[in-house]
This record gives sequence, structure tokens and C-alpha cells, in this order.
Amino acid sequence: MKKSVSPSFSRRSFIKTSTLAGGGMLIGFNLFQACKPEVAPPVDIAKLNFNDFNAFIKIADNGMVTIFSPNPEIGQGVKTSMPMLIAEELDVSWDKVHVVQGALDTKNFTRQVAGGSQSIRHGWEPLRQTGATARQMLVNAAAARWGIAPSECKTENGVITNTNGDTLGYGDVVKEAAALEVPEKVALKEPKDFKIIGKDASNVDVEKITTGQPLYGLDYKEEGMSYAVVLRPPAFGNKLVDFDDTDARAINGVKDVIKFGDKVAVLATNTWAAMKGKKALKANWTSDDKLENTEDHDKILTDLLGGSEFNTMRSDGDVKKAFAAADQIVERTYESPFLPHNCMEPMNFFADVTTDKVRLVGPIQTPAGTARRVAELLDRKPEEVSVDMTRMGGGFGRRLYGDFALEAAEISNLAKKTVKVVYSREDDMSAGIYRPAIKYRIAASIKDGEITGYHLKEASVNSNMYGLIPNFFPAGAVENYQVDVANYNSKITTGAWRAPYTNFLSFAEQSFFDEVAEILEKDRIQLRLDLLQKVKGTTDERIQYSPERLEKVIKVAVDKSGWGNAKEGVYQGFSAYYCHNTHVAEVADVVLENDIPVVKKVTCVVDCGIVVNPLGAKNQIEGGVIDGVGHAMYGDFSFKNGEPQDVNFNTYRLIRINETPVVETHFIESDIAPTGLGEPTLPPAGAAVANAIKAAKGIRLYKQPFIKHMKTKAPLG
Amino acid sequence: MPVYNLKINGKAHAIEADQDTPLLWVLRDHLDMVGTKFGCGIGQCGACTVHIDGSATRSCLLQVSMIEDSEITTIEGISEDGTHPVQQAWKEIDVPQCGYCQAGQIMSATAFLNEKKNPNRSEIRDAMSGNICRCASYNRIEKAVELAASKMS
Repeated sequence: MKKSVSPSFSRRSFIKTSTLAGGGMLIGFNLFQACKPEVAPPVDIAKLNFNDFNAFIKIADNGMVTIFSPNPEIGQGVKTSMPMLIAEELDVSWDKVHVVQGALDTKNFTRQVAGGSQSIRHGWEPLRQTGATARQMLVNAAAARWGIAPSECKTENGVITNTNGDTLGYGDVVKEAAALEVPEKVALKEPKDFKIIGKDASNVDVEKITTGQPLYGLDYKEEGMSYAVVLRPPAFGNKLVDFDDTDARAINGVKDVIKFGDKVAVLATNTWAAMKGKKALKANWTSDDKLENTEDHDKILTDLLGGSEFNTMRSDGDVKKAFAAADQIVERTYESPFLPHNCMEPMNFFADVTTDKVRLVGPIQTPAGTARRVAELLDRKPEEVSVDMTRMGGGFGRRLYGDFALEAAEISNLAKKTVKVVYSREDDMSAGIYRPAIKYRIAASIKDGEITGYHLKEASVNSNMYGLIPNFFPAGAVENYQVDVANYNSKITTGAWRAPYTNFLSFAEQSFFDEVAEILEKDRIQLRLDLLQKVKGTTDERIQYSPERLEKVIKVAVDKSGWGNAKEGVYQGFSAYYCHNTHVAEVADVVLENDIPVVKKVTCVVDCGIVVNPLGAKNQIEGGVIDGVGHAMYGDFSFKNGEPQDVNFNTYRLIRINETPVVETHFIESDIAPTGLGEPTLPPAGAAVANAIKAAKGIRLYKQPFIKHMKTKAPLG
Repeated sequence: MPVYNLKINGKAHAIEADQDTPLLWVLRDHLDMVGTKFGCGIGQCGACTVHIDGSATRSCLLQVSMIEDSEITTIEGISEDGTHPVQQAWKEIDVPQCGYCQAGQIMSATAFLNEKKNPNRSEIRDAMSGNICRCASYNRIEKAVELAASKMS
């Protein structure tokens, strides 16, 4: 395990305190950079400033702790788990802690992004340090009152005790503590002393969610706002020629029709009228170039794989030589379609553009970037633009992109009204920023029964794998190793989709090794373990997966799943993968019902370091696995003349409860700093299922979705 | 515009709306009752589930003109204070991830459990298959319905 480099800001510069006018102590902190020297937390709780601080902790006179956390919540539970880190080091009991999403009317929200399963990993040190610093200040205040050294004091559950047995509650000393200097050095707890970290905590919004209180962007309203539903080009590549809005304007409730770029917005007093108005628009479209079809992409990506125009992302040894000297070459091609995100809450955003400010409110994973883009779009000063976040009805990558917020800003600017842009499901699925269609071709050279070379080629739409992905397993395990990528520029918009690239790459790679084991007549688990053995002790800095940790999850998965000892009629498939700094192994149990494979159970073993909130973590794991199974089985999305062929759930199939396996989760016990969980259990699921289907039916799957390619034997290579 | 007299969660409301306006948008836009969610608009995802005379119904397809004589119950109305056994089970099992679909899930589960006492897993899975959860919190939905059933029996 490599030590992560955490920013070494002095606590004094990233933590500031104030005494609240209404009583209590307020601690403002900035996780990722030092606070400006002149800023101070407000003395009025209604004036929290999320521009200079990431979050605030209020300790009231009665000892109650409130954490004001504006961190984006897309369903991955960080709004619960991150405050747990603060509360742990503050040494208060979790039931005395109340978490509040930062008020919506503050000027600016924190500059944070939810994405890449990095929230916990990055917050681990600074959030605990913040809690520990606040605790130390309270202790210092109590010690001063007693006239003793702080080292003679202990804390537990929000109470300070000295060696004489005297006690003071945190609330008793907040006033003095707030006036003290922020200590430079504080000690953090040893993992064995954790009382909150590692214990189950419910989702902090569960009460509101289960009683239907307003939380999400679609629930956000302001007096007098218009609902805007937008007609967008039906095909990628279409341009607007002209339109007739006579019928649209005749609809009750429709107030205005506004053209912007190649889009037309219908503004109405209610959502239904705006939706009807949009349907009543008659528009003519044109296009300069040939519009794209899925069959074209299929051919283009196949041609790219067979061509010679590649960027090499990593190259070890000499793949060419290894292949020339091989006894045998195994080469297989794996193919995935585009996929829409389909957050349950369709895209939406509120905008209020006036001459003195641009105010945006809604569900977004990237408030800072979006504010910047809106400022550019409307030619406004950055400080005039604010973006406030609501809870999000799912993200999966889609809400990293602020396209819908830009639409809202542009419409509000033109209409001179407050507007709320609302996407219908059809709008959401057809104006997507999709997972790109990708093909992988993997070839291995075999010499004397050993894998001597591994050559991975990627052909993708618009962009390619990035960052450290080319250095994931089996990089370092095969002497001659190369990753090449090629891409095709399409007009269809593509982007991050839960576990970008690895969501399909993992399927390709883990299916490939399963088949290579069959060809070599080797045990499929042992083949993986033998490869990992070769990575141990590597000095290659680019390799961040740990062969030891991957080996461990594999071995525990073998044990916990009853691998090799499945009941009569149960077929198992194996898969193991590292991404987003987390190591995962999965075993899928498949049975045949009327000769159709049904996934009954997935055993999932996870090494994500210390598990902050097991209850929330298991929820992420179960969801990630089922999401991975569901999209591998059913996710299909195609284009004809630039138009998506499925735009709602009547034809686009998402996994449902009656198709869902039971997920059995096992954690590797660890005292290593925690890593992310929002994404890493999804990628291995597809290959675990495909390998189980191979065991059950003898059919090796190379293409997703499985449901479409299961019936006939897919051609090799 | 015509006026419709609706009875929602035991309370009378006079709603001025076009006759084809779905109940979903009457609840959300006219009455500010936003617990009932919009997901697909074609009755496929279940996010908008309410009870009409006790039966789970998709409010996105239900025109306001058709339900004047019905008892309408929404997520805001199944209990005063979030203590309906189904709501309690949802909290105890900690079902939600993003949480957006959960009001619809709870409404489907409640109607189902009012009809069916002590269902088995397979009956639960069939009954809940009309509600999509994109976060795939399905394992916990199954457990929560089971727990709620035991609380209600």
C-alpha cells in the first residue's frame, strides 16, 4: 500500500472559529486549501459562508452538535459517512449529531465534486483532523478553567473529565473554547479506539425520504417561477430550420415560447402544460452531414481495432516479439453498446438570471465548473453566479455535466423570468451524455503453457481510457504488455458513466482470463493468483493495485462462495477487479430456469480499507453489483439516423426486483485508510455472470447485453 | 378551466385544471405535495404510485377528471408522522440510496401488504416488480417489505 500524500496545511490556516451571537461555538473549515487570512466564520448561523469554507460544525450551549455539510449527495451516502469522521474525533455520541445540508440561500456552495468514489478517500485525514482540533480546543478551555494541564483531561461522549473526577460538558465550555487559538498539532485516534467509525449509521435523510418531504431538484420551487420544457434536436447532428408555435401557445397555462440555439423552450405555469406545449410545437430540422447509425459505429470500431492508428498508453517489454515466438495466440473481441444513465430523477434545474446576479439551484455533482461555464455563457463575472445544490435523485456520472443548468440559465436570461427546466423521461434518455460504445480486443501469447504477452486494444467513441487505467491488472504481471487506444469522433455526446471504462473493460478482461484458463486447462483461480504473484514487490510507481490485497479478496471469495462445491444445478462464475482504489472479487451463482440463466446470488468480497459506515457501505455494494448485473444482462441502446431508438422504460430495460440476485457482502478487515465504494463493485459483476453462464450453458459471451446475445453462439474473435 | 373536487389524504381540495392533467402534476404543481415523484410519465417505473381507494395506482396516467369520487392517498398521507409500519421498516433496514423512488416503493408495498398478509419472498418480488430503483436497493426493499409484513400481522 502506498501512502497517499495528504495536503499538509497547517490546521491554523484551514480551521477558523467564532462565537455565535445566539450562543455556541462555530467552527468553519476548508478541506482542500488554506482559508484566506482575513475570513472568519459568521456569528449568525443564518449567514454561513460556503464560499470560503467547505463546511461548519456548530457546538451549542447544550452540547448538541450540528454539521452543516453541503457535500453533493447522489445516493452514495457521503452525507452520512463524512460527518461520522468528524464526530468520531470530536468524541461525541452519534445521536447528539445532526447533519444539515447547507442552506440553499447562501451565496455559494462549497467547491466540491461527487464523482470517482473519492469523497471518503480525500476527506479521511482532514475531516478527522477537524474533529480532533475542535475537541482539543474544548479540552484546552476546560483545562484552563480548572487550572490544570490539558493532558490531565479525558473526553467521552461530549463530556470532559479531569483526574479529580470533575466533569464539564462540551456545551459548558464552548464560549471559552471559541476564543482560544486553534492548536497547531492534535493527535488522532487509533483505529482500535473508534466508536462511531465502523458502526452502522442510517442515512441522515431517511426520515424525509420516507415521508415525502421536498429534497430533490425537481421538488424545488419559488413563487412565480415558470416551468420550462425544451424541444431539442431529435437526432444528434440535427439543426433547427424553423418552427410553428401556434398550437403550443394556445394551450392553457403556456406563457411563452423561446428559441435558443437549435432548441425551443415552452414556458408554462405548470409542468403538464409545458410538456403539452412542447409536444404541440411543429419544427423542421436539417443536418449538414450523414446522421449516425449503430451499424456504422459497429463497423467503424471494428475497422479501428484492425487498423494501425493507435495511441500507446503503456508498453512493457516487446509484445511483438512475444507474439512472434508464441506457441499459441488467443485473441478475443468484446463489444458494448452506448448506455444512458437514467437517473430516476430526470434532469432539471432552476435559474434566476437578473441584471445583478445569476442564481442557479438544482441537482448537480459539479457546482463550481457549472458556475464557471454559466458565467462564460452569459458573459457575466464569476462572482455574480451562484450554484446551490439539492439532493440528487441519482447521478451515475450524468450530473457531472451541467448542460441542463446552462439551458436553465440561458432560458431565464432570455425570458427575464425565473424558470425551472424539467426533462421528461424521453428528454432525459434522448439528450443524454452516454457511456460510449466500446470494443476491446485482447490477445495473449502463450509459450510453454505460460502467458508471455498481453496486448489490449481499445476502440471507443469520442474518448478513451485515461489516468491509471492502463496500469491496472494485469499490468506488471505479464512481461510483455501493451495497451493501445483509438477513437472515433461522433456527434453523439458521451461521458462518464458509473465506473467509466472499467465498467466494461473489467468484463472483457475477466472473461478473457477465464477463457484462457480453459484453453490452458489451468484452474481459473490459480491462473489469476499466479499472475498476481509476479506483481509482488514491484517498484513500478504507476501500479497502484496491491497484488496482496487482490489475492486476499480472491481467496476469501473462493472460501465464502463455496467455490467448486456448488449445489447440483448451480453454476458459478468468478471475477476479480481493482478500480477506484478498492479491491473486489465476486462469484455469481446462476441456475437455469426453462434453460434461461437466472442469477440467484452474488458473493462480493471487498477491500476498501476501514469501513466507515458498514450499513451504508453494504447498500452501495449491493446496488453496485445489481447495477452491474442489470446493465450487463439488459442494457441496450442504439441509434438510427442519429436518433436514440429507446426513450422510455417501456422498451429500455432496467433490472427489476424480481430479476435481482441476493448480494452477500464480506469485508476484508483492515486498518488502512478507507477508499471509495460508489463504483468499484459494479465492474466485476458482468464477467462473474458471463463466466457463470459459460459454466451453465457452454456459451461464452463477448457482447453486452447478454439477453440479446445469449441465444446464439457468438462468433469468436 | 374546469374545477375538480378531490379528496386527498382525507382533505377536500378544489383544483382548477385542464381535464387531462395527470393527478401527479396536480399533486406536485398545484398542491405542492412533492412526495409523489415523476419518473417516466408512462406508468412503467412506479415512482408516482399513490393509492386510489386503497389500490396502488400510477398517478402519472390518471387524469384529474376521472378521480373526483375517489379516496386518494399519497406518501404524505399514509401516516401522520412517518410511523406507518412500512415507513418504519424502510428506516430500520435503511433502504434508500438516492431515495428518489422510495416514496413510490413504499406506496406499492403498503397497498400490497394491506391485501396480503405474510407474503413469501417470491410474492414480494412479484408485487414490487412494477417499481424501478435505479440505485438497485432491491435486496433491502425485499427485506423491508418482509419486516413490514411482520409488523402488520
